[in-house]
Amino acid sequence: MFAATVAATATVLGILLFLLGYLVWQGASALSLDFFTHLPTPVGEAGGGMANALVGSAKLLLVAAVVGVPVGFLGGVYLAEYDGGRVAFAVRYAADVLNGIPSIVIGITVYGLLVVPFGHFSTLAGGIALGLLMIPVALRTTEEFLRLVPDTLRDASLALGAPQWVTVVRVVIPAGMRGILTGLLLSLARVAGETAPLLFTALSNRYWSPGWLQPTASLPVMIFTYAIAPYDDWHHQAWAAALVLLAIVLGANVVARLALGGRSTAQT
Amino acid sequence: MNMASSTLATAEVSSAKIVVRDLTVRYGSTLALDRVALDVGDRQVTALIGPSGCGKSTFLRCLNRMNDHIRNIRIEGSVSLDGVSIYDAAVDPVELRRRVGMVFQKSNPFPKSIFDNVAFGPRVHGLRDRVELREIVERSLRQAALWDEVKDRLDRSALDLSGGQQQRLCIARALAVEPDVLLMDEPASALDPIATAKIEELIHELKTQYTIVIVTHNMQQAARVSDTTAYFYLGRLVEVGPTEQIFTNPSRPETEDYVTGRFG
Repeated sequence: MFAATVAATATVLGILLFLLGYLVWQGASALSLDFFTHLPTPVGEAGGGMANALVGSAKLLLVAAVVGVPVGFLGGVYLAEYDGGRVAFAVRYAADVLNGIPSIVIGITVYGLLVVPFGHFSTLAGGIALGLLMIPVALRTTEEFLRLVPDTLRDASLALGAPQWVTVVRVVIPAGMRGILTGLLLSLARVAGETAPLLFTALSNRYWSPGWLQPTASLPVMIFTYAIAPYDDWHHQAWAAALVLLAIVLGANVVARLALGGRSTAQT
Repeated sequence: MNMASSTLATAEVSSAKIVVRDLTVRYGSTLALDRVALDVGDRQVTALIGPSGCGKSTFLRCLNRMNDHIRNIRIEGSVSLDGVSIYDAAVDPVELRRRVGMVFQKSNPFPKSIFDNVAFGPRVHGLRDRVELREIVERSLRQAALWDEVKDRLDRSALDLSGGQQQRLCIARALAVEPDVLLMDEPASALDPIATAKIEELIHELKTQYTIVIVTHNMQQAARVSDTTAYFYLGRLVEVGPTEQIFTNPSRPETEDYVTGRFG
C-alpha cells in the first residue's frame, strides 16, 4: 500500500517535471526578447514574436476578472455569511454544476449570445466567456476562506453592536482577505490557459487588436494555430508560447502559495 | 421549585436591572433552560455557577440576544432590561448589544492594531473624530487596567499581546461602547493565576459603574467577585441568593453539594 502511494506521488511529480523539462527543451530556443516585443511575421519569414497574443491574453483576463471576480466574490460571501439554507444549497449546487460544464459549451453559448448578434468576434466576448468559467471557482474558494475565519471574531463584532453586514465587511472579509485574493488569483490562472471558449469568441488576430470589440490574439489560441500549422518555425514558436503560458500559470500558483504561507490572519 | 427560586430572587434584590421570567430555551428538541426566573441587581456582580452543560452560558447569551443567530433555537419567556422587554419585536438586537456588552471565554481580539480594536465599536456607531476616538481608547484602556502596558504601542497588532492582556483588551473594547451591562462568559478560564487576579480586580472596580453578569467554573472566583450567586443545574436555576449565603449557608442541599465540591 505504502509503495503504491509513493509510486503515485512520484508519478505526479514526474509528469510535472517532465512537462516542464520538455517545454524548456522544445521552446527555449525560440524564446528571445523578440518573442515578447514583436508581432508575428508572415509565413516564411523567420523571427517575429507574440507580443499581440501576450497583450491579448492580458486584456481577456482583465475582462474575465471584471466579470468573474465580483460575481464569484459576492456569491461566496453570501454562501459563507448569509447561508440561507435551501437557497445556499441551490447556489452551491449550481456552482458545482457550472464548474463541470465543458468550457467549449460556455464558448458556444457566448458565441450565440454575443458574437452572432454583433456580427464579429471580440475581446469582450472572449473575456466574458473566461469570466463565466472562473465564477464557480472564485465563488467556492471565497466561501471556503471565509469559513476559515473563526466564529469568535464574528461574535466579538456582533456583541459590540455591529450589524451583520458591518461585521462581514469590517471584520470577516479583512480577516479572510489574503486567502480570498489567493483563490481569485488561482481561478484567474486557471482560465488563462483555456483555449476552446476563445476559438469562437475572441478568435485570433495576426496583428494588434484594434479594440475591445474586435478579435484578438491570445496565447492559448496562438499555440493551437501554430502547433497545427505545417511550418517548423511556427512549431518552435508554439512551444515557446506554451512555455510562457505555463510559466505565467505556475508563477501565479507560486505567488499564491507564498502569500498563503503566513495565513495567520484567518487562523488565530 | 421554580416559583420558590423566583420569589427568593425578587425578595433579595431591590433594584433589578435585568428581570428574567419563565425563560425556556430549546435547541431543537433539547431543553437547555427550563423556566428560569432571575433578577440581576443594578451595579452588582451576579455570578452564574454550575457544572458544564447546565445552561448558564445559554442564559448569559440570552441577555444580549447572541443566541438569535443559532439555528433551531426556540426562546420563550421574558427578559427585560430597565423594564423593557428585549425580545419585543420593536427592539433591535443591534441596539440592545450596545447597551449589553460581552466578554468571551476565549479572548478574541480582531487581527487589527490595539487602537483599532478598542475604537471598533465607537467607529461602527458612527464616531469619526480622531481626537474623540483617542480619548475613548485611552479611557477604555485605563478602565481595563491595560493603558500603562500598551500606551506606547497602540498601533501594534493586538495579536502580539499576551493572553491576559488580550482579554483585558477585549474588556476595554467592550467598555468603549459604554454599555450599561457587561456579560462575561468565563473570562479568566484560559488565563494564569496572575492574569486572573488582574481580571478579578478589574471586575471589582468596574462594578461601581456597570452591572456585571459573570459565568464561572471557578467557585473561589465566584465567591471573591460576586454579590449574588445563582446556581444552575440541568437547565434549571436551583438557587440564587447573596454570595456569602450561597457559599456558607445554602438553603438547598444540591447547592451545598456543588459549592463544597462534593459534586461537579
